[in-house]
Amino acid sequence: MATNLTGRDIISIKELSKNEILSVLKNAKQLKKEPQPQLLKNKVMASCFFEPSTRTRLSFESAMQHLGGSVVGFADPGVTSTKKGETLFDSIKIIGQYADVIAMRHPIEGAARRASEATDKPILNGGDGANQHPTQTLLDLFTIQECQKKLEGLDVALVGDLKYGRTTHSLAQALVHFGARLYFVAPDSLQMPNYICEELKERKIKFSFHQKIEEVVNKVDILYMTRIQGERFADQMEYEKIKNIFILKGKKLLKARPNLRVLHPLPRVGEIDTDVDKTKHAYYFEQAENGLYARQALLAMVLGKMN
Amino acid sequence: MKNEKEIRAFKVFAIKKGTVIDHIPAGQALKIIQVLKLFNNEKIVTTGQNFPSKTLGKKDIIKVEDRELTPEEANRVAILAPTATINIIRNFELAKKFHVTIPDMVEKLIICPNPKCITNNELMSTIFYTKNNNTEVKLQCRYCEKTFSQNDIQYRV
Repeated sequence: MATNLTGRDIISIKELSKNEILSVLKNAKQLKKEPQPQLLKNKVMASCFFEPSTRTRLSFESAMQHLGGSVVGFADPGVTSTKKGETLFDSIKIIGQYADVIAMRHPIEGAARRASEATDKPILNGGDGANQHPTQTLLDLFTIQECQKKLEGLDVALVGDLKYGRTTHSLAQALVHFGARLYFVAPDSLQMPNYICEELKERKIKFSFHQKIEEVVNKVDILYMTRIQGERFADQMEYEKIKNIFILKGKKLLKARPNLRVLHPLPRVGEIDTDVDKTKHAYYFEQAENGLYARQALLAMVLGKMN
Repeated sequence: MKNEKEIRAFKVFAIKKGTVIDHIPAGQALKIIQVLKLFNNEKIVTTGQNFPSKTLGKKDIIKVEDRELTPEEANRVAILAPTATINIIRNFELAKKFHVTIPDMVEKLIICPNPKCITNNELMSTIFYTKNNNTEVKLQCRYCEKTFSQNDIQYRV
């Protein structure tokens, strides 16, 4: 299963093969168990966040520091030449001369791909608008594997805004490699887009559409919650009517499988009641922590220090 | 009174030499003229629209005098008109006839319809990958990764 991600850009989850994904997860597991504080000594990561982020930015920066590397960068484009009108291409070309690897987030879709054309240094996409967020998917897969002790043949429900949510799109696309049975729980207007469903059909992945969490909660191993944003609804009355249907409360989990784990990319804004936190099913805080190990693994791999 | 054959001949008169682009889906001829910049040269360009067609129902035709389209130019037409045939005419005779082939990648020609795509926010070229499933051509933006059908897109002229 030898893979080599040295020098590779990580921009879209679809560009990673099953073997490459499994290698990242294997390395993440190893780094969680045995930290390597000298592995990236004398390496510099540029952390370029053109859009606000808490978990992604801090876990990238912390991951680099845990491996002995150092970090330069910014968390607000207002302090950079972008404000003076510099193109993304020029900014990244210059930053690539100062750093060995670039982790970035940008509000515009395709920004990470564009950045990869400006420099030979690996670009790690920490989110480009509504398009891709591959490191989130890798940490999701790592978490699923960790809490279920396997990745193959799981029953997975994706809940919330499935139309606009990039994390659910990428996760569905990645789970194709592992023969998951997928349940999509969303209001009709926010259901999984057709192009994703077509891809799943081509790969013979079974999926079904649902309106309520109760319809699927007792059938699944993973309940992946996401936030429904009120601003997506043209009719606010419609939003008020449906928003409570997609709130997970502890009592909805009473008849769940014992191994069911609830995940959420966070931040949550009310869609998981805090009474779920105390149940054995809650795993979203561990999931957030795992971002640290998945990102360490990627940094080590694109910089040629792990296979 | 002229018979029907003569009237038809008048509608799409023969050219001595040049290129006839035939079997263009109705409504696409003017776009093709723009994309190939046929209005820029000083050659005569004739276009006919909404001719009856057995295979397409209705079709458009373009005739360009004194200019032979290269296969590269012809393939730029393919995105707009996958059914088009290119006829090279020399001395009123058909010298060469070929079908357009859809290229795997289309550079610069298309504007991404996604306003949030980087290509609409920074001065740069676009690149689209084509997916052809016999009936229609789908185009995927290299940058924002969204897929569009041919009717959704606009062309950079």
